[in-house]
Amino acid sequence: MKAATYSAAELMVVAGSREIADRDVVFVGMRLPLLAFALANRMHAPSAVGLFENGVIRDRPSESLLYTMGDPPNIEGASMCCSMATVMGLLQKGEVDLGFIGGAEVDRFGNINTSYARGAAPDFVKLPGSGGAADIASLAKRFVVIIDHNSRRLVERVAYVTSPGNGDGSGWRERQGLPRGGPSAIITTMAVMRFDSDGEAFVATVHPGASDDDIRANTGWPVRFAPDRVTTPAPTEEELRVIREIDPTAFWTS
Amino acid sequence: MREAISRFVGDGDSVAMGLALEALIPFAAGHEIIRARRRDLTLVGPISDILFDQLIGAGCVSRVIAAWIGNVSAGLGYNYRRAAENGLPHALEIVDHSNFTISLGLTAGALGVPYMPTRTLLGSDIAREGSTFAGGTSPFGGEQLLYVPAIVPDVTVLHVQRASDDGGAHAWGNLGVSAEAALAAKRVIVVAEEIVERSVITSDPNRVLVPPFRVSAVVHEPGGAHPSSVQGSHGRDHAFYGEYHAATKTAAGSDEWLARWVRGVEGRAEYLDLLGSQRWRSLAVRGSALAAPVNYSAT
Repeated sequence: MKAATYSAAELMVVAGSREIADRDVVFVGMRLPLLAFALANRMHAPSAVGLFENGVIRDRPSESLLYTMGDPPNIEGASMCCSMATVMGLLQKGEVDLGFIGGAEVDRFGNINTSYARGAAPDFVKLPGSGGAADIASLAKRFVVIIDHNSRRLVERVAYVTSPGNGDGSGWRERQGLPRGGPSAIITTMAVMRFDSDGEAFVATVHPGASDDDIRANTGWPVRFAPDRVTTPAPTEEELRVIREIDPTAFWTS
Repeated sequence: MREAISRFVGDGDSVAMGLALEALIPFAAGHEIIRARRRDLTLVGPISDILFDQLIGAGCVSRVIAAWIGNVSAGLGYNYRRAAENGLPHALEIVDHSNFTISLGLTAGALGVPYMPTRTLLGSDIAREGSTFAGGTSPFGGEQLLYVPAIVPDVTVLHVQRASDDGGAHAWGNLGVSAEAALAAKRVIVVAEEIVERSVITSDPNRVLVPPFRVSAVVHEPGGAHPSSVQGSHGRDHAFYGEYHAATKTAAGSDEWLARWVRGVEGRAEYLDLLGSQRWRSLAVRGSALAAPVNYSAT
């Protein structure tokens, strides 16, 4: 039997979808998480609810590909259209199980920078900013980061904490006054990382085709590996079929 | 549009736009601000998509109060980067927020209180010393909180599906921080896809976005939100965002883009001509998904 071929982005979407449990209330972000939520809802989480920061609540994802959360197909058939304050209020109250965040940089404690990166210009590169990401990181019961795996993106310490992860280790969030939450996974193009009791990320599963050495060489800190790490399960044919049905031109997954 | 911008948006004003997030962005109003050569504006908005990038590239802006500035479906905003990193076309002060704190700041402005407390951003560098925020504790239990100062824009500009001459405005779909921004602002400009009789607006008062008496101007500008979407009217022109991204990589490219799409046209009608009727028609909503009527009768 010929193994299914898939892109790194498709594997990340599948890994993202598997973070969503049925009945979870999910703060859906842009790009790959839009697909991860739609996939989870079709596969194993039919009762998951999606919240969008522009003020949309859906119990069933749009049938069409979304370029932004404000696209008309995300409004037609919504369970509720409302203000941002409504969905952010639910987040602040602790009613959101999971949120997704993309990032320019994430560090060993799961802090995320999408504001000011080190780089070419005199002092920094100006990145777009938080959007709703810092709110998700602050207030969701758990959050998942989706990011390309290279040593410019997975860094020892982010230059700027846009979205707070575990700060400098366990207990940090409580000391800041954050009510709950923290990072539960980093899904990269090479691995899925999880967090130990010290709040530090470790490699939990390695994607098919990636090696421990690849991961070491592309991670900006001496990353630890779970002794019982396994290979990240490859996407099933059914999962790939659903992703390609939603995104037939591979706009987000090429 | 020209009269509304000339009368109600002045140099140095703070202007809130893009308040529904990716939909209903008042691009036509923003372009008129560029043609009117307004300077030293403060832009206020959660995620502004490419409208803020255009105003920054045109040299109209000296400060932004925002959570995110870029190109939602295509990536970074090059004009924003040039201004923030290199002071081109001139220096830009950035007041960093998250979406929630923009919402809370406008809510404080709408409620007439100096700040709103929140639990978000505790531990984030967005809220570190020197930021616009203050730390505090709850007088009712001592929990740590962040205080978000009130945001009171001089002008809020909203694109809506329909409005009446007297300021009644109906908008539907995701609304983001539209209502809060309209209540907080000193002046409100409503840009409408369609002008309707007052009776159409009063037939459904729950759908009215902002108290009509607070509206300074109503502008009829069909297509005024392109390339963003207007629910029930037209979809989002995704390709346009990619084209803008490619065209504005250099400052010279951005100047050319603005010369063609903004300074080179008299107004929105000419802009839509330039876009081409075939492309504009291809975005039109053809389907029908009507809400069920509701009965407001008192008798």
